[in-house]
Amino acid sequence: MFEVPVLADLNLGVTLPSVFLALYATVLLAVDIFIPSEHKIRTAWLALAGIVVSFVLNLMTYNTVDSAFFGMFTADPFSAFLNIISLVTAFISILLSVDYLKRAGIERGEFYPLILFTTTGIMFMGHANDLIVIFVGLELLSIPLYVMAALRYPDLKSEESGIKYFILGAFASAFFVYGSALIYGATGTTNLPEIFQSVSVITATEGNSSMMILLMGAGLAIVGLGFKVAAVPFHMWTPDVYEGAPTPVTAFMSVGAKIGGFAALLRILIVGLPMLVILDGQTTAAWQQTIALIAAATLIIGNLVAIAQTNIKRMLAYSSIAHAGYVLMAIAAAGTLGIGDKAAQSAVVYLMSYMFTNLGAFAVALAIEKNDGTGTNISDFVGLGKSKPALALMMTVFMLSLTGIPLTSGFIGKWMVFQATMESGLVGLAIVGVVTSVASAFYYVRIIVNMFLKDGEGDPAAGATQYVNWAVYVSFAGTVLLGIFPFLMLNLANPITLAVIAP
Amino acid sequence: MDTSALSLITVVLFLPVVGLIVLLFMREEQAENIKWTAFGFSIATFIASLLLWIGFDNSEPGLQMVQRLDFLPTFGISYYVGIDGLSLLLVILTTFIMPLAILSSFRAHVLHERGRVKLYFMFMLLLEWAMIGVFVAQDLFIFYVFWEVTLVPMYFLIGIWGAEQRVYAAVKFFLYTMAGSILMLLAILYVGTAAGTFAVPEIIAGVNAGTLVFPFSGLLSLDPVSVQSFLFLGFLIAFAIKVPIWPLHSWLPDAHVQAPTAGSVILAGVLLKMGTYGIVRFCLPLFPEASVAWAPYVALLAVIGIIYGAWVSYAQTDVKKLVAYSSVSHLGFVVLGIFALNAAGIQGGILQMVNHGISTGGLFLLVGMLYERRHTKALDAFGGIWKALPLYGAISLIVTLSSMGLPGLNGFVGEFTILLGSFGSEVLGFFFTLFATLGVILAAVYMLYMFQKVYMGELDKEENKNLEPLHWQEIAVMIPILIAIFWIGLQPAPFFSTMDASVNKVVRDVEVYFPENADTVALSMGEK
Repeated sequence: MFEVPVLADLNLGVTLPSVFLALYATVLLAVDIFIPSEHKIRTAWLALAGIVVSFVLNLMTYNTVDSAFFGMFTADPFSAFLNIISLVTAFISILLSVDYLKRAGIERGEFYPLILFTTTGIMFMGHANDLIVIFVGLELLSIPLYVMAALRYPDLKSEESGIKYFILGAFASAFFVYGSALIYGATGTTNLPEIFQSVSVITATEGNSSMMILLMGAGLAIVGLGFKVAAVPFHMWTPDVYEGAPTPVTAFMSVGAKIGGFAALLRILIVGLPMLVILDGQTTAAWQQTIALIAAATLIIGNLVAIAQTNIKRMLAYSSIAHAGYVLMAIAAAGTLGIGDKAAQSAVVYLMSYMFTNLGAFAVALAIEKNDGTGTNISDFVGLGKSKPALALMMTVFMLSLTGIPLTSGFIGKWMVFQATMESGLVGLAIVGVVTSVASAFYYVRIIVNMFLKDGEGDPAAGATQYVNWAVYVSFAGTVLLGIFPFLMLNLANPITLAVIAP
Repeated sequence: MDTSALSLITVVLFLPVVGLIVLLFMREEQAENIKWTAFGFSIATFIASLLLWIGFDNSEPGLQMVQRLDFLPTFGISYYVGIDGLSLLLVILTTFIMPLAILSSFRAHVLHERGRVKLYFMFMLLLEWAMIGVFVAQDLFIFYVFWEVTLVPMYFLIGIWGAEQRVYAAVKFFLYTMAGSILMLLAILYVGTAAGTFAVPEIIAGVNAGTLVFPFSGLLSLDPVSVQSFLFLGFLIAFAIKVPIWPLHSWLPDAHVQAPTAGSVILAGVLLKMGTYGIVRFCLPLFPEASVAWAPYVALLAVIGIIYGAWVSYAQTDVKKLVAYSSVSHLGFVVLGIFALNAAGIQGGILQMVNHGISTGGLFLLVGMLYERRHTKALDAFGGIWKALPLYGAISLIVTLSSMGLPGLNGFVGEFTILLGSFGSEVLGFFFTLFATLGVILAAVYMLYMFQKVYMGELDKEENKNLEPLHWQEIAVMIPILIAIFWIGLQPAPFFSTMDASVNKVVRDVEVYFPENADTVALSMGEK
């Protein structure tokens, strides 16, 4: 029998940061109609204001651990940390968009609410305590992104980007739903902590027929989310989509979509399925080997193929695949009992450092892009050190951070991830991680070579408008500050506990 | 002891950073001010580091002037700096070489040609900070940070202000050395995780007390528990690339030849020593069993390097390349001394690090002066330079003889002590010493060959006849080097006494694992 829930039972206060943003985006969509088309910058300002409010709300509730919607939605430091990353991502992406959309001739007011909707979707995935909420978050994240990727129609590349992303995204969603259904079939619930309980029972009874269904379900869910985070072998769409989409959208998608996907993976695997072992008494989860293999493949393919790229957006696309591999290393490490919390912390720390650095790199790439979308070749960086020394120096720092050189946030992220991997005993995976790091230095350093070591007419960097500059400054500050004072983010990540019970 | 109070080491370490921040606020047009500010800060750092020596207690084997502040307490990481006999001389070598390198670049034509004076001197000070950091860091995390940071300014110094093939050399330098150090990162993470702290003295104490065991069962045992060999190699390969130990040296000639003069001086003078220092500081005390077992093999590579480096030097037609390959040979001696695993060998090794920094740094400065005048480094382009520039010729003779190891000059003291150490070593012995001695003779051959080709003979080339005499700045750069050459050569005792206590401690901790002491080790372990 269903009881009609009372509003107070829903515990809406906990959901404030994300639900506020969703409502705000809806209102903004309506308000935008009344903003004249030559003043669309006002929509952008309103969107930024909404992000700031949500950010403050999130900080105010940072240490709350509570659930809402009858346990389907949870708020804890994990989700709050991810909210910070996704809100900053959205903030910087909007800064990047304002002038870019105008000079590319694709300025539309609905763009900004779409970014807010995607951000809400990402936040929901971090908050999710239930497979259904994850699915809702996944769709809310994806659908606006499909639209934004194709925003530059009738440009063929942009259309191709949107359609490709849409079709493969739909596939991914289908995989995920099927996986969820199988998990539901095996455990009889979609609630993650209840799945955890049920899995313990299943693994304890030998020869339980639900085991096979559970493994298949977990596998399909990993495939579905693997598409979203662009893990090999589900990465094929990434370079084309990234290249074709308008650059601010690419920047947003390369960080935002990944945050959502990883949040869901971490929730499902660490909260729901940490005890999914084939034989009772094993100390590593059954999915650890799978994730470790995917991580290794992602690292190798992402880093090696990036070397061959000549277009900065494609290069950053492959580099973003490679960085997904490092986060996957942390997730694989979480499969060892007792490492779960540490691995989750290192994964989110990695995401935060990656977020600042990658957005910064995209911002500089966007600054040298021409109005018609050309000027995105790696050779276009030649001489930038002469024409725009400050911009080139900051780009250097972003490249060094992506390589993982100390005094940048990227090093801290790698340090954390490698440590978690070593602690979990996956030494082979850690070796793949460091060796591919060296390979990655090859293509990141090439950008620095072009900017400083080669002589040439510098690019005027016409796109480096005030808004873009601010985006670069914010990313630069984040990269350097977190690299020199890592405790700023490590202290935030410290209270994160995902494992339901301490083993 | 209160370790949170400001230590003099922190002052020495961060003076270059202060200078860097000052430079940041200066305008590119004030080139002269920028130069002198950078020089001033490097001199101030040098003076501060001399205070370190004055306050240093020779009888104390452990760390002195320690400062330790929590950095990431949950991960066992702290800002932990201190010096002992192993690092004191190298810190001073760094602060000694840096003002000379900075002063020598004042008149460098690349700086006028390519500009970006401010950036150049900022990289210089950044490099000084990172190098001092490597020598004073006592926490593996901090150490790794400094170790990697040295790459970036050096990469730019070679890449922006280098010779024709600078891009290739810079990228090769970056990738080669990064490939080595990243394996060390894994080893560091393993050690730190196993120990629960990254503080080196605590880890070493754990190893010596037997509370922290890295199991060892053979050189390359595939037994998954037996990690010590792999950890040892993780560290050693990173250090070996930096030193460089043959056959991992191929980045060095490129980097040296393409780097601007000051870059070569710093590279030869200090950066290479980070590798040999790392072996003494980390490899030996952290993995004593593996060090003993691997010693003959590493020493063999060192001896091959000594002879190979000398041989290849002789075949060079480029003066700078000749000096670069001589570094491979000289640092082979240092590695040989260290892996003799006795007090004489290691003390000789450390002193030879300093000597090589002074002599080879000096040689690169001298080659740089010629290059400024003639814009070529080919041996054939010179001849009879002594007649054109007698003062320059006389200085060059002293530095060349010092590099060869002439008794009475600094190089002899180091090489002799190393050979003494390797001869008396429990793990090496006669044949290592024999072939190393061959290297000493070869050194005389290629050095004298170089000297003869460049300085002696008739002044028959028209371009060499009207060379500009030495500028006072060039003389000023060479005087401290000459003083050091004679001082160490005639009065080496004060240098040895600074490292005595610390080296003996390292040797004592390693000695127990010598084959003939194996029984006693088993006994004492049983007692525990």
